[in-house]
Amino acid sequence: MAYPKDYKYTKEHEWVQVQGNVGTVGITDHAQKSLGDIVFVELPKVGDQLSSGKAFGTVESVKAVSELYAPASGKVSEVNNDLNDAPEDINTDPHTTWIIKVQLSDPKQVDGLLSAAEYEAYISEES
Amino acid sequence: MSSSVETAPLRKTALNGLHRKLGAKMVDFGGWDMPVEYPGSGGLMKEHLAVRTGVGMFDVSHMGDILIRGPQALDAVQWISMNDASKLQEGQAHYSALLYPEGTFVDDLIVHKMGPNDYLLVINAGTREKDYGWVRKNVSRFRCHADDVGDYYTQIAIQGPKAEATLQKLTSVDLSQIKNYWFKHGTVCGLANTLIARTGYTAEDGFEIYVPSDEPTGERVWNEVSEAGKEFGIVACGLGARNTLRLEGKMALYGHEISESINVWEAGLDRFCKMEKADFIGRGALAQAKTEGVKRQLVGLESIERGIPRDGYKVFDNAGAEIGYVTSGSYAPFLKKNIALAFVPMAHTALDSEVLVEVRSQKVKCKVVPTPFYKRSRKTA
Repeated sequence: MAYPKDYKYTKEHEWVQVQGNVGTVGITDHAQKSLGDIVFVELPKVGDQLSSGKAFGTVESVKAVSELYAPASGKVSEVNNDLNDAPEDINTDPHTTWIIKVQLSDPKQVDGLLSAAEYEAYISEES
Repeated sequence: MSSSVETAPLRKTALNGLHRKLGAKMVDFGGWDMPVEYPGSGGLMKEHLAVRTGVGMFDVSHMGDILIRGPQALDAVQWISMNDASKLQEGQAHYSALLYPEGTFVDDLIVHKMGPNDYLLVINAGTREKDYGWVRKNVSRFRCHADDVGDYYTQIAIQGPKAEATLQKLTSVDLSQIKNYWFKHGTVCGLANTLIARTGYTAEDGFEIYVPSDEPTGERVWNEVSEAGKEFGIVACGLGARNTLRLEGKMALYGHEISESINVWEAGLDRFCKMEKADFIGRGALAQAKTEGVKRQLVGLESIERGIPRDGYKVFDNAGAEIGYVTSGSYAPFLKKNIALAFVPMAHTALDSEVLVEVRSQKVKCKVVPTPFYKRSRKTA
C-alpha cells in the first residue's frame, strides 16, 4: 500500500495530514499489519489537550494494546466515533480512516516529522 | 519493537522453517520460537473462526511427552496425578494435573493409557523440564521408568467440525470409531503406528497426531494435512487463535488459571480430582483446604461496558475495594464479546454479580456469566 506523499509520519507509526491549522491523524498500513485485526479503539474526548509525543489513546487488537502518540501538540477538535462500531476500518483503509482531528497549537512541529520516503526507509530498516 | 537480552536461543520445533516460509508472525512462547498468527491464513480472527466452523491446523510439538512404563506404572501415575488413572481403559485418555503437596499445580496434562504398564503424559511446553524433574523424583520409589520423549515427536492438532473428514483422507483407521478423549495407533500419511488421539485445546472436535520429529517427515505430513483440508477451508493456526479458542471453552492455561499458588478448588477443577482414590501428592492439603472453606473462585466475566478486561487487570467491587484479578481476558472472536476469567472472593461468584475491572485508567463494568462461554453442539453418539 502506498504511503501518501502529502502526509507526515512519526516513528510510532502515526500519520498526520495538515490542512491549515488542522491535523488529521491515523495509523499507518505498517502499524495495522503488525497489530492484526483491530477490535477496540480508545479515543480521547473533544477538547482534550494533546502534547507532542505523548499518548492520547489506544488501539487494541485481539492480542495487544498499542498506545497512540500525538504527532504534534494541540486541542482535539473531532474524534471518529465510527471506530466504536467499526474499528476494523483501520485495517481495511489505514490511510483514509482517521482517528482524531487536532487544532494544532504550532503547525511547524509537523515539519520535523518524517516524509513518506523517510518513513518507508525507516520501516524497511526496522524489519 | 524492543529486543530482549537473551540468555539462551529460542527452541524450535521441526516445523519452524515451514512456519517462517509461510510468513507466520513468530513469538517467544515459554522459550520456544512459535507462530502466533499467519497473515496467509487471514490472521488470528480468521484462524479462530475456521476452527469453529470448518477446520484449522496447529503445530503443537513444543508440548512435552513423558512415558511412564513398568510393572508399577499405574501406581506411579496414581501417586503424581490427581485424576483416577485406574478408571482408564487401554486407548483412553483423561485430563488431570500434577500437584504439589500444598494442593497447588505443577502442571495440567493429559494422561493416556497405552497399555497395562504403559502411560503417556502430555504436558505443557513452558514446564517441560520442571515437570520431567518432578515426575522422575516422585516416581523413583515405584518400579517403573519415566522417559522424556518430547523431542521424538512432531505433534499436529487438527481441530474443528471438519477435522475428522480431513484426517480420514490420510488414514485407513476408521476415525468415527474413536470417541472423544480416546486414541488409536494406525498408519497416517504412510507412517505406521502413529498415535491418533481425539484430544485438543480448542473446545471443538478434533485430533492430535504424533509423527516422527525429523524435519522432512514433519513438513510432508503438514503439507498432506493442508492439502486434505483444502476443500474444507483449512488454515494454519497459531498460538493467538489457540489462546482465544481455549478461553472461549474455559480451558485452563498454566500460569494463568492454574499455577503453583492456586489450588484445585480455587481453579474449579474438582471434577478431575478424585479424592476418594488412594493417597496422592496434594490430597492432604486439599482435604484441609476444603474443611477450612475455599476463599476465592475462578469465574467467567463478560464486559457490559466498553473495554476489554485483559490478563492481570485488577477486579474491584462496586464500593471500590480491590477483590481479585483477571487470569485471562480477551475479545472473543466467535462469541463477539469481551470475556475474561478472574479470581474473586466467594461473595462475588453468583451469576449476574457485577464487578469492575480496571482497564488502564477506567473501571469497566463486567458481570459474572456461566462458563464455559462456548460449548460446541454435540452430534448424538
